[in-house]
Amino acid sequence: MGLTLAEKILSRRVGREARAGELVVVEVDQVMVVDSIAGSFFKRLEQLGAMPRHPEKIAIVIDHVAPAANVEVAKAQKEIREWGQRMGCRVFDVGRGICHQVLIEEGLALPGGIVLGSDSHSTTYGAVACFGTGMGATDIALAAASGCTWLRVPESVKLTLWGQFAPGVTAKDAALEMVRLLTADGATYMSVEIHLRGGAEGLSRGERMTLANLTVEAGAKCGLVVPSGEILKMYEVPDWLYPDPDATYVRELEIDLAALSPRVAVPFHVDNVEPVEKVMGKKVDQVFVGTCTNGRLEDLHEVAAVLKGRRVAPGVRMLVIPASSQVLEEATRDGTLLTILQAGATLGTPGCGPCMGRHQGVLAPGEVCVSTSNRNFRGRMGAADAEIYLVSPRVAAATAVAGYITTPGALEEVSHA
Amino acid sequence: MPRVWKFGDAINTDDILPGKYAPFMVGEDRFHTYAFAHLRPDFARNYQPGDILVCGRNTGLGSSREYAPEALRKLGLRAIIAKSYARIFYRNLVNLGIMPFEAPEVVDALRDGDEVELDFERGVLQRGNETFQLRPPPPFLLEALKEGSVLAYYRKYGRLPGERSDG
Repeated sequence: MGLTLAEKILSRRVGREARAGELVVVEVDQVMVVDSIAGSFFKRLEQLGAMPRHPEKIAIVIDHVAPAANVEVAKAQKEIREWGQRMGCRVFDVGRGICHQVLIEEGLALPGGIVLGSDSHSTTYGAVACFGTGMGATDIALAAASGCTWLRVPESVKLTLWGQFAPGVTAKDAALEMVRLLTADGATYMSVEIHLRGGAEGLSRGERMTLANLTVEAGAKCGLVVPSGEILKMYEVPDWLYPDPDATYVRELEIDLAALSPRVAVPFHVDNVEPVEKVMGKKVDQVFVGTCTNGRLEDLHEVAAVLKGRRVAPGVRMLVIPASSQVLEEATRDGTLLTILQAGATLGTPGCGPCMGRHQGVLAPGEVCVSTSNRNFRGRMGAADAEIYLVSPRVAAATAVAGYITTPGALEEVSHA
Repeated sequence: MPRVWKFGDAINTDDILPGKYAPFMVGEDRFHTYAFAHLRPDFARNYQPGDILVCGRNTGLGSSREYAPEALRKLGLRAIIAKSYARIFYRNLVNLGIMPFEAPEVVDALRDGDEVELDFERGVLQRGNETFQLRPPPPFLLEALKEGSVLAYYRKYGRLPGERSDG
């Protein structure tokens, strides 16, 4: 029997055939640490009495509360800068962007590689067929100290995306549909192996990142997109980095992109996914576009296309936070930002923004937020009873203009009525 | 006597410790006092060391924040019995020395507030005259838990459990 993509990557690394269910200890290419757990990471290394084995393979990104919101955070971030300099690790400081976006942009997550991140959305690296997975501070410290980690070789779910999106439908809608089909624990401990066929090979790296990013919301250990399309032009993809045709999957499912319509994840679970029509008309207080899920240039393009010549509705706050300084720069250069600002939206520093309810847009009791982020858990963005609806950047933009949840298509009909 | 704190399915790490109460937001000395702040505001105040958490399916989904289970550990938690776990949370529990028992039928049998006694090593749970046998974690994890945590294991042996000592 053949091997899945996850089995291929881990087998290659241990130098023998490693199959689902086995425990392997593997060397890792990059250890990514975010500001919010850096303190715990330093403490664990101290408890271990260990130094980083390969400082050049450690990247610390200041993104979860950037710039610092209070003295406690400022102290933690000061320590990161000093520690990074002392150890010779990479530190990406305030404004450089969200860890996952930065690691991809910097070429620190590469096809066939293994990257551990102290953030659950480290599955994002699977967009370039890099085995990316999230872990807690202790595992991350152990990996930094030893250069290795232990993994159970995951079983795989094969998800095939077919065809091309209908107008107005995006990778976020496909990703939410994936979570609906799998459910919040349907891929626990597993690799979600994503195959793009029948036109879907045209999905950009950014769109693949959105897909791989949300696999963790189905419990996945990693979400690996089989290399195709622009990935083959952007990277040297080794010829072993493909699953075998006779690989074994625990489950196979398909999404027909042409038949898909805009989706929304309704509070308080990411797998509460419905067609947007179901909640159409729901009044909103805040619209947030950004995060590792949907803060990329193509997302801002989608937003600008909807906002062009329109205004954000009175009483609605629209926050746009580019995923990285590179995204911010490109969106400035090509005029996208001007369109967004002229519509009445405001900008935040590249980083995670209000996604986990710490700053830059925390919600008051009873408020409703439409967000392009990845989690709508109770209390995630602020008050315990505030509601978060997860949507695509296009639906977020249309909602900001209307003041209630809607799609660009429905907005068009209203303005021509 | 230790009691059961019972929760439902899909308890996520934002439930266990909301992001705004991370140690790096509120300080190392205070963060654990916010455990379950939204979901069960009486928890941190009334939890007694040794009390057991009983949860449903997909326990600990969401963020990789180790400070969520660390807040529970700091309050004195040594064991969770759940129907199933999210993977990052499971690793974090083992790393912190909290026993992750998986026993759906035992979860169904236990009620919030039940007084229980748990023998960690043998995986035996006692409620009055009733005895529940829990399946201990796999040998690979026991090897680590025997030393207290994976951290303690590494400190003692200079390698990860399961890693060959000659390699």
